[in-house]
Amino acid sequence: MLPELGHFALILALLLAGLQAFFGIAGPVLGRERWMAAVIPAVAGQAVMVATAVACLVAAFVGDDFSVTYVAENSNTALPLFYRVTALWGAHEGSLLLWILLLALWTLAVAIGSGRLPARFAARVLGVLGVVSFGFLLFTLATSNPFMRLDPPAPDGRDLNPILQDPGLAVHPPVLYTGYVGFAVAFAFACAAMLEGRLDQQWARWTRPWTAVAWSFLTCGIAMGSFWAYYELGWGGFWFWDPVENASFMPWLVGTALLHSLAVTDKRGLFRSWTLLLAILAFSLSMLGTFLVRSGVLVSVHSFAADPMRGVFILAFLVIMIGGALTLYAWRAPLLKSTAGFELGARESFLLFNNVLLVIAAATVFAGTLAPLISDALGLGTVSVGPPYFNPTFMMSTLPLLALLAVGIHASWKRGRLKDSARALLVTCLVAAVLGCGLVFGLFARGGLLAAVGATLGLWIALSSLVDPIDRWRRRLSLPRAMLGMTLAHLGLALFVVALTTVESFTVERDVALAAGASTRVGDYEFRFDGVQPLDGPNYSALAATVVVTRHGSPVAVLRPQKRQYWVQRQLTSETAITMNRGNNLLLALGDDLGAGRWSLRVQIRPLVSLVWVAAFIMALGGALAASDRRYRAAQATQRAPAGAAGEPAR
Amino acid sequence: MRVHLSVVMAVMLAALGAAGTARAVDPTELPDPALQVRYLALTHELRCMQCQNESLADSPVELAADLRREVREQLLAGKSDEQVRAWMAARYGDFILFRPRYSWRNAWLWGAPAVLLLIGALVSWRIVRERTVLLATDDAPLEEDRQG
Amino acid sequence: MNRFLLPLGAFLLLAVVLAVGIWHSPEKGVIPSPLLGRPAPQFALPELNHPGRQLRSAELKGRWYLFNVWGTWCTECRAEHAVLLKVQQAGVVPLIGLDWKDDDAQARDFLTQLGNPYQAVAVDASGRAAIDWGVYGAPETFLVNPQGIIVYKHVGALTDDTWTREILPRISAAAAGS
Repeated sequence: MLPELGHFALILALLLAGLQAFFGIAGPVLGRERWMAAVIPAVAGQAVMVATAVACLVAAFVGDDFSVTYVAENSNTALPLFYRVTALWGAHEGSLLLWILLLALWTLAVAIGSGRLPARFAARVLGVLGVVSFGFLLFTLATSNPFMRLDPPAPDGRDLNPILQDPGLAVHPPVLYTGYVGFAVAFAFACAAMLEGRLDQQWARWTRPWTAVAWSFLTCGIAMGSFWAYYELGWGGFWFWDPVENASFMPWLVGTALLHSLAVTDKRGLFRSWTLLLAILAFSLSMLGTFLVRSGVLVSVHSFAADPMRGVFILAFLVIMIGGALTLYAWRAPLLKSTAGFELGARESFLLFNNVLLVIAAATVFAGTLAPLISDALGLGTVSVGPPYFNPTFMMSTLPLLALLAVGIHASWKRGRLKDSARALLVTCLVAAVLGCGLVFGLFARGGLLAAVGATLGLWIALSSLVDPIDRWRRRLSLPRAMLGMTLAHLGLALFVVALTTVESFTVERDVALAAGASTRVGDYEFRFDGVQPLDGPNYSALAATVVVTRHGSPVAVLRPQKRQYWVQRQLTSETAITMNRGNNLLLALGDDLGAGRWSLRVQIRPLVSLVWVAAFIMALGGALAASDRRYRAAQATQRAPAGAAGEPAR
Repeated sequence: MRVHLSVVMAVMLAALGAAGTARAVDPTELPDPALQVRYLALTHELRCMQCQNESLADSPVELAADLRREVREQLLAGKSDEQVRAWMAARYGDFILFRPRYSWRNAWLWGAPAVLLLIGALVSWRIVRERTVLLATDDAPLEEDRQG
Repeated sequence: MNRFLLPLGAFLLLAVVLAVGIWHSPEKGVIPSPLLGRPAPQFALPELNHPGRQLRSAELKGRWYLFNVWGTWCTECRAEHAVLLKVQQAGVVPLIGLDWKDDDAQARDFLTQLGNPYQAVAVDASGRAAIDWGVYGAPETFLVNPQGIIVYKHVGALTDDTWTREILPRISAAAAGS
């Protein structure tokens, strides 16, 4: 009964999305007030229907309804309740439903917040979002229906993939998707502006907070994924340049560029067509990411089960959506030239460099990720690309970016007046260099030139970012949230760079073979292996090792790494034991039984690694803080453009 | 019972990845520390052919252990890194390499970042020049309260 | 020419690449072998059913043969066993087996119970021979011509379809040509 209801709700949602799209786009074009008025009810209706469908699926999971194929494939009676709920997004069909739910919620948020937008423009924005919703709903119903039935119902389910039975992974997809999907809002704003034929500073001011919030969520989502990979996959790595990771990183890079470009358009009315293009690009990359992980064209550790038919559908959808948006762009962008000026040392210049370098970074990741496809299509044979490509090429664009950030943050709009900040720049640079080299060569007494450069850049950015806020605070000037948010985000970035440098340069890793009772010394720590014991969990059997960790003789921790075999899927997972001591992360993983009581163990000591994710969250916080600035809310209330000004050529 | 293609593929993929997240612990210690460094670098750069996107160093399957042994023996026999890579690629194709070969076929890939940076620099220069010229005729006041 | 059309143009190009990617994706699970068209790797390995004797690749030159890599631990190999027996009965080309990282006694039992389609079986205990042939997952089957060149490779369980569509035609074509 409930699955049928859910299915029906999805179909209704599809119809409502179609109406939303139709009224939203045709209404303003034809000047039909009644049609435009129907858009928000359609949005609300779609949200309710989608929520209903999701609720029905959750109920099917919680109730162990194995007559639903998706539940039978991803759940099991022995699966703990928490994971039965999060299994909703454990595989392709359910994760698509999550996409659709989040899109509906974003659309609802925009509808609620659209009171201050001109009615025609708001209708267009919601209409474009409706087109996206329609496409995804159609795709789901046509190729990936989560409500498909099994007849006869399975006696029990195939269980959730054990890798996904982890609290971290419960939270990662919703947060990540909220960010991913959130770029649809900027996309919709861009399309609406192109349909209107008008794009001004006001448009940028509307778009900024939405983009900043989406960006914050995406930052958190990527950080969570990386954090989860570190703890669950547990081999100390937190970024593998895996195609699925890259699929979320590319929109992030472009989204960051978009945020900065919007600042320029907002402030000076410059870079308007470029900002438009970035808004289209950011969401396009989100959608491309969706395509890549579900179509089977790329080999990856964590892509969903692949199906070429789905690939064809998504590709068609991509061509229509993005092709359509880019056609609009080709039509409208030529009219968006502005006559404002700025000098080389101005803030606009630095934001220009920021954008160029971020987009190049994204293009580099794009090239590496799609290289197997491109090489194959051009008949150049097979090629496989991994960290040895990504690491050096990524740094080529990001190292200059970091250096320019430290300088550019002092530049004023239009006329940089960098000379005024020359002293501050020099002092901060020197202090950073001293501290950085002290960290690398003094504290850790290891690492080479790259580590020193990384540490110096990170510290320089941190110090540089603090100069202006501290100066304003001392002069009792106001500190608007936008500025605080920006400072916080840049500080987060600085911390990230420093943490990354220390982790990459100062990690110690050793694989050892130990008999029970034997010890080994790695770095400053001693590890005594006390043997392996069997134990059972709720839906798995495990072998748990006991390792006593001491530092110069004094006890630090007792670690218990495990190897688990899940009963249903019979998958072997390795549970790494992790502890913190004096800022170091100590990781211990159990290897293989080498016979005669000897086991292999992997020991890793990673200094300051947690800072990597703390830094990412600080960045996200900065973005959210900036989005909450009063200007975005106040300005909208005073600005009420006449609704009849459609089709005016932009200037 | 209708079995979705996705179920079939999921089962196949599960079978392929049946090792779950258990990774390899490789307590090899080559006598020469320099060789050990090269060994670790090479086993991280070579792909495990049975897994999705894992390196030889990380993969727990037997084939990976056998291939690691090959790397070990070749390094001990004095082969260079490039010789080891070539040996592997001769049997498994370029797909086994995580570092794309430096060849004309991959020139577009390795050259892309540098070319893009060059284009980026040219474009930036043009834009800055254009805007600097416009600065002379730009009298519009700045809204000073905006910090963003 | 409107330079603002460039993004659209680039995107459409990308769409073509992606379409080609989808078109080729059923083959994605199969890595193309660099050994096609190259001489079969040399080996000298103990024979499963005649311990003490060695099977040398040199002895196999001069006629077609199918080189099949298998193991008792491999479920797909069981699945293809019936097809292998049919191939043997057809009598067109002999099957040479490579018992990959397996237990000798179990392998002999396997063949006794299920039937032995092989003319001879080489035992690869260390896995080195399989690596030389670029084997990355059992079962794999190679078609080698009388000159000792590998002309075809099949990854996965051998099917009737593959036998009739890929292997037989190649042998017949060469016979017709000579």
